[in-house]
Amino acid sequence: MDTVKRLQERFDGKIRNISLHSDKRIYVDIDKDDLIEFVKFVFIDLDARFITASGIDLLDNMEILYHFSMDRSDVVVSLRTLLDRENPEIESIVPVVKGASNIEREMYELLGIKFKNHPDLKRFLTDDSLDVVYPLRKDAKRQVKQ
Amino acid sequence: MKKVVVPLGPYHPLFEEPEYFELYCDGELVVDVEWKAGYNHRGIEKISESKHWDQVTFLIERICGICSTSHPIAYCNAVEDLLKMDIPERAKYIRSIIGELERIHSHLLWAGLAGHFLGYNTVFMWAWKYREPILDIMEMITGNRNHYAMMKIGGVRRDIENEDIPIMKKILDELKPKLEMLTNAVLDDPVLAARLKGVGVLTKQNIKDYGALGPIARASGVDIDVRRDSPHAAYDLVEWDVVLCQEGDVFSKAVVRLGECFESIKIIEQCLDRLTKIKGEISFEVREIPPGEGIGHYEAPRGECFHYVRSDGTSRPFRHKIRAPSYANIPTFKASCVGQTISDVTIILAGVDPCYCCTERAITVYDASTKKKLFNGKDLILLSQEKTKKIKKQLGFKDV
Repeated sequence: MDTVKRLQERFDGKIRNISLHSDKRIYVDIDKDDLIEFVKFVFIDLDARFITASGIDLLDNMEILYHFSMDRSDVVVSLRTLLDRENPEIESIVPVVKGASNIEREMYELLGIKFKNHPDLKRFLTDDSLDVVYPLRKDAKRQVKQ
Repeated sequence: MKKVVVPLGPYHPLFEEPEYFELYCDGELVVDVEWKAGYNHRGIEKISESKHWDQVTFLIERICGICSTSHPIAYCNAVEDLLKMDIPERAKYIRSIIGELERIHSHLLWAGLAGHFLGYNTVFMWAWKYREPILDIMEMITGNRNHYAMMKIGGVRRDIENEDIPIMKKILDELKPKLEMLTNAVLDDPVLAARLKGVGVLTKQNIKDYGALGPIARASGVDIDVRRDSPHAAYDLVEWDVVLCQEGDVFSKAVVRLGECFESIKIIEQCLDRLTKIKGEISFEVREIPPGEGIGHYEAPRGECFHYVRSDGTSRPFRHKIRAPSYANIPTFKASCVGQTISDVTIILAGVDPCYCCTERAITVYDASTKKKLFNGKDLILLSQEKTKKIKKQLGFKDV
């Protein structure tokens, strides 16, 4: 529970909510403008390993969870941010975590989330010549070939 | 500076799945690497949202042909984390046995192919020969050499019969000296040491930056292993060690992988022994998945396999995020290939074990400034054949 305490000490008023699914799974709800500050603290000061990020379309909002692992204590910290669905935009964490580049490109392509200050924000999986559709959005229509 | 672009892929013997790399070269040296993915994107995360919770275990087994039980274990861990449930003791041992058998066959497959890329086809033949008995045990337990369909939310699908255990232990006993011989032959070989030591080095900082995992991280002295750090299945119930190296080169990766095969045998033997002593069910029944979210990970042969699931209380996942280990390992090429020669790049790429099985080879060399094609795969084969002819002529063969 050391991690929760350290997070609370460092970001007293900035944490919207901390929910503990179990001792090992910590979900921290934060404001999207504070993201870089949180990522720097977790990645550098707490020396966590960046696992991945998962974007979810909630129909009202877009949600991104940034998963970090504290390997030796088996704690996974997930930073939860909510974005406006009409214009989903958030700061890129690539300047802090190099390995996040591809997952941000993937979310940009599959969910249509824009990442500000990403060094090379382009499609990751499909060719540029294809139509823009965001398949992981819940209202994406299935296209059937005639 | 004049740079030459050497494309590797999309179809290349190194990669099981089609992938594409562009090597930017200055003479013999590689100065930058670009990775393009998506040639085999099947949209499994999206398909998963349309399947029943139980069907998903079969779907995600198809993500990878080699480590096909790692994804189901990670997924079951995730759903069990959501449900906050434990599994029966017998199921724990069976999960570990299947996982470790898979690790041995995957590492031997890697060792064989790595030998093949270096021109050591004997290593290739030996490693694949010794991999066969492992697949026989798999067939004995599950009915299949691959895609075992053993995992299930709440336990495992099939039991291991106690009367089969002596045969399995005999196969493992016979395998051990052969594996030792292969390991010693590979690690003591002066030519292999010259080819692999100091090649494609990754530092601890590289591992941290890219979030690299598994044998890649352990070869660089980063002590992570999900099996030990996040105890699940039977990994905290048996004795075993994490294999660690410090140098971070391709040789260390080989040492880690071959060493892990012995640790895996140790785990399997202990699990088989315990199985003979415990009785009981192999799975708990799970009827409903309540709303919530769960995270599960498992140490696949190539590193940590990560699954995140969210339920809205229906019979299907609302979101299922999958992160396979190669996703984090492949971007390390930017650090390991730069500054190396083209001839070493193949083995550096193989050192990461980015899944491979096809045998087609296609290399086209372009001049970056004029975009003119210099060679393609066919030309290279012709060059090679001409060289053989020349040598034959020099040796006095008449039928050239």
